[in-house]
Amino acid sequence: MAITINGDAVSVPDDPRVSLLDLLREDLRLTGTKKGCNQGACGACTVLVDGERILSCLALAVQYDGRAITTIEGLGAAGALHPLQQAFIEHDGFQCGYCTPGQICSAVAMVAEARRGVPSHVTGDLDAGAITLTHDELRERMSGNLCRCGAHNGIMAAIAETFAEAAE
Amino acid sequence: MSIVEDARQLAQGAMQGAMAKAVALAPDSWVPGGKPDPLIARQHGHVGKPVSRLDGPLKVSGTARFAAEFSFDNMVYGALVYSTIAKGRIVEIDTGEAEAAPGVVTVMTHRNAPRLNPPPVFLSNPKAAGGDTLPVMQDDRIHWNGEPVAVVLAQTQEQADHAASLIRVRYAEETALLGFEEAKARGTRQGLFMGPPLHNEIGEAEAALAAAPVKVDATYRTPRHNHNAIELHAVTVAWQGETLRVHDASQLVAHTAWSMAQIFGIDAAQVVITSPFVGGGFGGKCMWQHHILAAAAAKVAGRPVRLVLSREGVYRIVGGRSLTEQRVALGASPDGKLKALIHTGTTAKTADNVMPEPFIMPTRSAYAAETMLLDVQTVELDMLANTFMRAPGEAVGTFALESAIDELAEALAIDPIELRMRNDPEKDPISGLPFSSHNLAEAYRAGAERFGWGARAARPGAVRDGEWLVGMGCATGTYPYYRMPGGAARITLRSDGHATIDIAAHEMGMGTATAQTQVAADRLGLELDAITFNYGDSTLPGVVLAGGSQQTASIGASVIAAHHALVKELLKTAGNDSPLAGLEPDQVASRDGGLCKLDDPARYESYASILRRAQRDTICVEASPPQPLETMHWSMHSHCAMFCEVRVNAVTGEPRVSRFLGSFDCGRILNPKTASSQFRGGIIMGLGLALMEETLFDERNGRIMNPSLADYHVPVHMDVPDIDVIWTDIADPHTPMGAHGIGEIGITGTGAAIANAIYNATGKRVRDLPITLDKLL
Repeated sequence: MAITINGDAVSVPDDPRVSLLDLLREDLRLTGTKKGCNQGACGACTVLVDGERILSCLALAVQYDGRAITTIEGLGAAGALHPLQQAFIEHDGFQCGYCTPGQICSAVAMVAEARRGVPSHVTGDLDAGAITLTHDELRERMSGNLCRCGAHNGIMAAIAETFAEAAE
Repeated sequence: MSIVEDARQLAQGAMQGAMAKAVALAPDSWVPGGKPDPLIARQHGHVGKPVSRLDGPLKVSGTARFAAEFSFDNMVYGALVYSTIAKGRIVEIDTGEAEAAPGVVTVMTHRNAPRLNPPPVFLSNPKAAGGDTLPVMQDDRIHWNGEPVAVVLAQTQEQADHAASLIRVRYAEETALLGFEEAKARGTRQGLFMGPPLHNEIGEAEAALAAAPVKVDATYRTPRHNHNAIELHAVTVAWQGETLRVHDASQLVAHTAWSMAQIFGIDAAQVVITSPFVGGGFGGKCMWQHHILAAAAAKVAGRPVRLVLSREGVYRIVGGRSLTEQRVALGASPDGKLKALIHTGTTAKTADNVMPEPFIMPTRSAYAAETMLLDVQTVELDMLANTFMRAPGEAVGTFALESAIDELAEALAIDPIELRMRNDPEKDPISGLPFSSHNLAEAYRAGAERFGWGARAARPGAVRDGEWLVGMGCATGTYPYYRMPGGAARITLRSDGHATIDIAAHEMGMGTATAQTQVAADRLGLELDAITFNYGDSTLPGVVLAGGSQQTASIGASVIAAHHALVKELLKTAGNDSPLAGLEPDQVASRDGGLCKLDDPARYESYASILRRAQRDTICVEASPPQPLETMHWSMHSHCAMFCEVRVNAVTGEPRVSRFLGSFDCGRILNPKTASSQFRGGIIMGLGLALMEETLFDERNGRIMNPSLADYHVPVHMDVPDIDVIWTDIADPHTPMGAHGIGEIGITGTGAAIANAIYNATGKRVRDLPITLDKLL
């Protein structure tokens, strides 16, 4: 049994209680994925599973056999940053930096959701197909990722700029 | 606190008072800041540029390492068990099943914990870091609901968590004092803050209020709050021989090293605390029981320990902001001049801490009232020690004061900004000291114009957009300028013209390294990439608190002192063959990677040349700034004018902040990009304070009822509009760089601006935070 993490095959843990988050942080030392509540309330542990965002603290690692996980380390590294990571720096979309990897992973998958036409609470026309990522759509769809330093405006600006065509 | 401690604090306060009088009368030139920092006049350097965070690439790539992300060989994981009663004794604690559980290495309770000294409580000593003075796991006594009663160490976190659930505790419960009203009925005591009593009187305020032609008199309530930094409190600790090594999330590394040494009875040099990145602090990342328990358990087990608190654990053992009940009574003449300003009330603390929420602090310098009565009374409850949280005093004090000013403005039929300007003080109303910098009027003028204040309808409930009622409000915010004693910095200059600054300071999101690299570059006449700024390590020079918005000033003054020492050393090293020969330190300045004569910049030699001639690879100096007497010589404060537009749903009562502008007067802004983020961050936490944040304390059993981010609501993206921030950028001539710390000012005034806007929208005056929709239905 194996999980693919940032392209590398990793064996699933023996202890079925190990969350995907703890597998990443403690066993693999991929500490870019953060633990902020360990109960699905803050979004700091957001990672991508086959391109979709999940909260890794609420995911048991053994359930992800055969799946492809992308963490912040897989999106881009210092020196070869993902455009969204670069935009976070330009727009100061963080202060302490702790919620940041979760915000970035979440945003990448959020844009893909909108392109697939997945509606949100503020979507007006549920039959419209592709969703236009208005300011309200962006804010609503990112509301599962808490930021306590108050970098919300910078985060929105970074996402809007990076995915400009999606955001009108 | 005991009578003895009260007396000690009062004596300390009296001594401070006597000294303050002498310093107030001294000539400006004798006082630090009497001569403006030369950097203030420098307009085209690195200071003032919107430099992106130098540590940005580390943070966005997840490679910035936090406390729980360092590891030691042979490390075990900790889990805590918390008491479920508020007061009493442990009769029996059954750890057998836990000890037998798979992977368990050690179970520590009061029966086998090492003997420890009680923690030195913050403010009781310049290096004290503790939240309270209670002994940590030393006996069978329980002091609050949630106090740790056992530590389990196991090979994995899962094993530790499971074993912790197997520990059975039987208590003999005693009657705890938990109710605020009940405690008040038993009697209150004078609140003391950093020595002196929280009490001021000018004239006969009650009599003046009674005689005033126009008056308002109301009670405002604010609940408990928690900091809720997204990073969980965590330590990774190891005893390496006789040295205690702690990877911490800390806003006071040097204080923590000294305090841990006191607790474990070892030398302060035997404790090394490092904290390169802190995932949010806001006053919450000081020293609490997890530090002590992890180090003690590591000693018992003989193994390094990682202890990461659960989110519930943070609520159980890390204190937050306490509740307040505040009366504000204002009396005015018909033209709006304040005849009486009364701001009094009560807050809850514990018997073992020294932190009454000082809600009268902003009122002391806000208005030129003819008479004043300010007072904070305290009650002591059997609860977790409360502590400092972003703008302690000012955040909740400005809610009450500035709501009352809005009420008075309506009673007088005067525009609320005009009312404030008519009472804008020319000098400190309490101390009589001149302000070092006070440009609130300019902040209001610029803010009102940009926000469109002129479009506000004075009559409440006058503007409706579909089912939304729309209103505007404003409020003043203020926060003191502090510079605490203890700063020190080291500069190491290399012969290739590179300089390293070492100081035990902190980065928890403020952009410390970035802004201070800009400052140091200008100070030393170097480029940004020729500066390395080291911080977050208790072995570096200085006792520097990242709190009270004072770190910028403390670092700034320390680097000025070190720069002076460096110049002196360079001139000595330069010798007689240098173009600088014969010059005294106060005749030279740094520019372009070297020194020049102040009034003859062509007389210059580069650092590299000076060092080469002397055959030196490096020059290293360390220095401390003078005592912060400037805060006794001038009344030093930041100010802001906050403007808010809200929309309140007429059907559901749902309040939404639709627009917000903060107009700041905080001295010179060092880095507009990071400063904007700090301002916005404060405002957003103020939005939470106004509309949603409340730590729910069950007065029947002392248990916090909402210890999670699902049940304690902080603002999320959908709650936060685009927030506009502007600033006067007028340098304070008496501070390093002309700057003020700006971490806390943003939360001040915000609560009242929102409450006043809600009143303007709906005609409903809510004096009880948070303003949730049930209060607006």
